[in-house]
Amino acid sequence: MSPTDLAIDVTGVTKKFAGKTVVDAIDLSVRRGEIYGFLGPNGSGKTTFIRMLCGLLTPDAGQGTCLGYDVLTQQAEIKRHVGYMTQRFSYYEDLSIRENLDFIARIYDVPDRADAVQHSLERLGLQNRSAQLAGQLSGGWKQRLALAACLIHNPQLLLLDEPTAGVDPKARREFWDEIHQLAARGLTVLITTHYMDEAERCHRLAYLAYGKLLARGTLAEVLAGAKLNTWSVTGPGLLELAAGLRGRPGVEQVVAFGNTLHVSGRDAAKLEAAINVVRNPRHEWTRVRSGLEDVFISLMDEAKDNFA
Amino acid sequence: MSAATLHRLSFYRLWAIVRKEFIQMRRDRVTFAMMVGIPLMQLMLFGFAINSDPKHLPTAILAADQGPFARTLVAALRHSDYFALTQEPATEAEAARLLQLGDVQFVINLPADFSRKLLRGEQPTVLIEADATDPAATGPAISAVRAIADTVLNRDLTGPLARLRAHAGPIDFQIHAHYNPENITQYNVVPGLMGVVLTMTMVVITALAITRERERGTMENLLATPVRPVEVMVGKILPYIAVGYIQVTLILLAARLIFGVPMIGNLALLYSVSLIFIAANLAMGITFSTLAQNQLQAVQMAFFFFLPSILISGFMFPFRGMPQWAQWVGTCLPNTHFLRIVRGILLKGNGLAEIAPEIWPLLLFLAVAMTVGVKRYRQTLD
Repeated sequence: MSPTDLAIDVTGVTKKFAGKTVVDAIDLSVRRGEIYGFLGPNGSGKTTFIRMLCGLLTPDAGQGTCLGYDVLTQQAEIKRHVGYMTQRFSYYEDLSIRENLDFIARIYDVPDRADAVQHSLERLGLQNRSAQLAGQLSGGWKQRLALAACLIHNPQLLLLDEPTAGVDPKARREFWDEIHQLAARGLTVLITTHYMDEAERCHRLAYLAYGKLLARGTLAEVLAGAKLNTWSVTGPGLLELAAGLRGRPGVEQVVAFGNTLHVSGRDAAKLEAAINVVRNPRHEWTRVRSGLEDVFISLMDEAKDNFA
Repeated sequence: MSAATLHRLSFYRLWAIVRKEFIQMRRDRVTFAMMVGIPLMQLMLFGFAINSDPKHLPTAILAADQGPFARTLVAALRHSDYFALTQEPATEAEAARLLQLGDVQFVINLPADFSRKLLRGEQPTVLIEADATDPAATGPAISAVRAIADTVLNRDLTGPLARLRAHAGPIDFQIHAHYNPENITQYNVVPGLMGVVLTMTMVVITALAITRERERGTMENLLATPVRPVEVMVGKILPYIAVGYIQVTLILLAARLIFGVPMIGNLALLYSVSLIFIAANLAMGITFSTLAQNQLQAVQMAFFFFLPSILISGFMFPFRGMPQWAQWVGTCLPNTHFLRIVRGILLKGNGLAEIAPEIWPLLLFLAVAMTVGVKRYRQTLD
């Protein structure tokens, strides 16, 4: 793979705040046209890492390129070609939708500005609301406006920091359809999320905890890499059963999903031994594929043992 | 909990709110410091700095007569505590210049025939020229002069000269109130208001302008675009310079049309110098906005700056009435210098040469505030 095929190609990226390492030697390469999911618990360093990619923060260590520009020295060029959507709505609530888009278009010195603003309004279905103040919009519409604004200068890379937090399922689905269409046209998207269904819609994933990258690859690769075994159990008295399982050697997670319980552990033999102790005919036990959430919680627990 | 207790005023719930407020108050260190700092500052300023009976006013003496009677009179004026004889100009022109520059508050002219006329019982005329731009500063001293006049020479006029005491007053004091002959307070206050209004609005507006962007999260978005920090700063300052000029114009129009304030000097000069003052205040606001964590803190800081700008700048109370330390603090405030410039240009007709000593402190203030502001602003990025 030649470097020009990579939208993001960084190694050893590190950031410290007041002596605390927030992002610890992260290597990441993202291909052009790829939707890359970035997952991890709150405070794991996702936002800090994104801020370093888009030139808002300078890494303390590490090197690499973003869209072929050096992340340490060419931040001005990077900013010109990257669209960054912050976690919190960060457009002007006392400006109308059109005024917000027009302002951003002027800042980026977009050619044919009026057309670009109009086109952006139409594509996102905002043309009927263009005179409405951004502050009066609902969460879903604010998110559409933010997406429209960070696309107005035709960026090559979109950095989306929890774009769908607090957005209803329908709006979320429409948002993802839009992201896939953009990616199909060659736009690279790096997106952070806490939603497992969204993680599954990404081409590739990375999982971050305590500033370190713990897993990466396609969904299948991440699931396989975690080597996690999961059993599903149904039947009466699941609450007591869960209490009996927790803390036994080999049992790492016991999670209730409605009327079933998921029991997971990395060591298959120990897990089975633990299950055999509490097994009785009233319950139905089946071996299932570990879910992404089980895998991530397992990765986080493991990371806590190692680093915290 | 029964329905009855739910609807009754609950001191328990009330206490929960009170407790929470105290916790939040304690967390916001700057606000807490201001709650203590502002009353302390007011106490210091009102209690120690402000004095509506200014004394030791710098006075120039043009003594053409050096005789014993003249010396007695001069000594008496000095002993009144109102006059500090700081200058002895050689010529009348030099004395007039001192008055125009604001270096002295009074010029006392003792005529050459002072002693001779006194002895003849002819009531010699002593001319006191006062810089009356601020009537509050000169008023008490002038009243004191009249009291002195009646009694000052009683000790010297003994023996055969005692008959001179019988006159209505052995000396005829003539007071010339320059620049504001009718002692109209508005002539002093209205031009001064220009500095006060600009200080208040310019500092508060910029202190809020950047803090608001940070508080609402729009700053992060802005910084992720190609826009450069200096573009953000200058772009935020420019509109308010226009606002400042509208305020200057409004006050000048009101001064002219409503209060009839004389405008002797060059208004173009005033407009030009106003730019430095407006910029200095905006830079101060930017510095505050980089220090404040939220808009409330920004407003408090601006208020902390505004208070001395009206109290010890010479706007509300005579500058020379304050103790030395307060005058030093006042000298650090841009408003102090701007007030002198505005009053100088409008009331005295001062030109660039006369106001130059007040311009460089403004430029210095601007340079310092801008440097600190830009430096702090850059630090907030990383």
